[in-house]
Amino acid sequence: MSSPTAYEVRSLYRSLTRQARQFAAYNFREYAKRRTRDAFREHRAESDERKVQELMQKGLKELQMLKRQTVVSQFFQLDRLVVEGGKEMKQKGNSGDLIRQKDQGWD
Amino acid sequence: MSHIAPTAARQALRQCSRRLSTTTATTFATQASRSCVASHGRRHYVSESAPKQATVNIETAIRQDQKAFLAQTGTRPQDAQMPTTGMSADAMMSPAAGILKQATVMDEGTRPIYLDMQATTPTDPRVLDAMLPFYTGLYGNPHSRTHAYGWETEKAVEAARKHIADLIGADPKEIIFTSGATESNNMSIKGVARFFKKSGKKNHIITCQTEHKCVLDSCRHLQDEGFEVTYLPVQENGLVNMEELERSIRPETCLVSIMTVNNEIGVVQPVDEIGRLCRSKKVFFHTDGAQAVGKIPIDVNKMNVDLMSISAHKIYGPKGIGACYVRRRPRVRIDPIISGGGQERGLRSGTIAPPLVIGFGEAARIAKEEMEYDTARISALSHTLSSSLLSLDHTHLNGDPSAHYPGCVNISFAYVEGESLLMALKDIALSSGSACTSASLEPSYVLRALGNSDESAHSSIRFGIGRFTTDAEIEYVVKAVTERVGFLRELSPLWELVQEGVDLDTIEWSQH
Repeated sequence: MSSPTAYEVRSLYRSLTRQARQFAAYNFREYAKRRTRDAFREHRAESDERKVQELMQKGLKELQMLKRQTVVSQFFQLDRLVVEGGKEMKQKGNSGDLIRQKDQGWD
Repeated sequence: MSHIAPTAARQALRQCSRRLSTTTATTFATQASRSCVASHGRRHYVSESAPKQATVNIETAIRQDQKAFLAQTGTRPQDAQMPTTGMSADAMMSPAAGILKQATVMDEGTRPIYLDMQATTPTDPRVLDAMLPFYTGLYGNPHSRTHAYGWETEKAVEAARKHIADLIGADPKEIIFTSGATESNNMSIKGVARFFKKSGKKNHIITCQTEHKCVLDSCRHLQDEGFEVTYLPVQENGLVNMEELERSIRPETCLVSIMTVNNEIGVVQPVDEIGRLCRSKKVFFHTDGAQAVGKIPIDVNKMNVDLMSISAHKIYGPKGIGACYVRRRPRVRIDPIISGGGQERGLRSGTIAPPLVIGFGEAARIAKEEMEYDTARISALSHTLSSSLLSLDHTHLNGDPSAHYPGCVNISFAYVEGESLLMALKDIALSSGSACTSASLEPSYVLRALGNSDESAHSSIRFGIGRFTTDAEIEYVVKAVTERVGFLRELSPLWELVQEGVDLDTIEWSQH
């Protein structure tokens, strides 16, 4: 088996981040994105072919896990966290005081 | 014409009853009903009788019915809140309103930030991923030796045991699965003590005042059985004084139990020194490592630990599982609390739960693998949080600043009531102490043991930072806490006095 090309590595990185974004839970989503980025950055200068091979295998396994767990996460989606919306530092959402102002294009 | 008569009568009746409710013209009512009966000239089923019997005051009747119904159910829809959604019940009943509320929720989010990692941690998706097959297809009993269902789970359980053993530098055979750290603590303390009681004269246990409730309570229980227990005081920084510990060890001491990382203030006790001391005095050393394992590097052989309690749900594993490390060489003999089929070397009988154990094993594996990354990150976040909160006036960090696990930041905000600050910080999930005592309003006994005053202990808040805490959350928390501490202090008359430069200790409060 030949060593993975730069293209393959980049492709894996993109799939991982794309999949990570699918987490419904804010903390897991952010962690998955951050961990992927940091792991690739950490091994950026890896030149040992065997090591690269190993890391790619690990990444693929993680991708499989992400695919399953993002689905699970979407099934049990809870309300969003207070940090996810605007940062007005106010507790909102109980009195219906803020409604999404978005043109739905009815006319 | 005949069918009009009853309606006319009813109308008249209704009219007069309406009048009745506002005025109290009973005479008019009788007149009206009499006149309408008379106008048709014959008696109908609304016949004349005493006006009180003939008329029902509908409004009051309805009101009374409502009151009775309310008394029965207790809450009105607008007052009731539906679980998990955070919406009121009337919004749930009316779909349109419900959608509007949902729209609000979608935009802002109402779920508080989780910052109570000492109480429990979210289950890592990787852990759940390892567990799921054992909840669905692989459901064998790991103790079944006669078929493949048993073999496959047993294999996975043993792999999990190995991961946990690797995390603390132990042998897999020394790991005993229990239901959690509380059970492990009970098993270790009561087990060792009772075993020694059987053999003879050792009947003394040493523990520390800042221990977790389950250790203290086990010791209290043993006191009733005739053991002597020394509750060591701690220094102001939360650490055990080694000389004092050495002095308290007697020839009849059988066990020393001191936790590695405190759950409320996060101080790291000098476990290796204590271990060395205990080994030299030939006393068993138990440590509650629930808050330490997987977060700081631990090696039971280097630290000379004989018994250690571990909990899965503090290291992003599933709840309901823990482990107890029981040393084999030199052998620690314990009297089991739970007896039965002889599983887990006979120390803890009962079928172990494979999904939980496997989740625990995976959590331990991840913790070992990610320890460096997590520690760097948690320390950075913790530094941001504590430095910005400590830059406020009259705040201080509880516990030793250097021998400290960074994921647990316990800060006292003077002149602010801790519980009211927690109420003001509804959008952040925090606690003022351990989860076991968060229901009571008593000040934390751990902080009291450090020599803090009642007021100071009351005004303390514990921030728990973990693997999944983000920068944005810490930023939000710093801003929210700073603002609301300021706000609460503005309300406080004590704060006003302090600002004027009055020393609060000099004030003589009037006696009541």
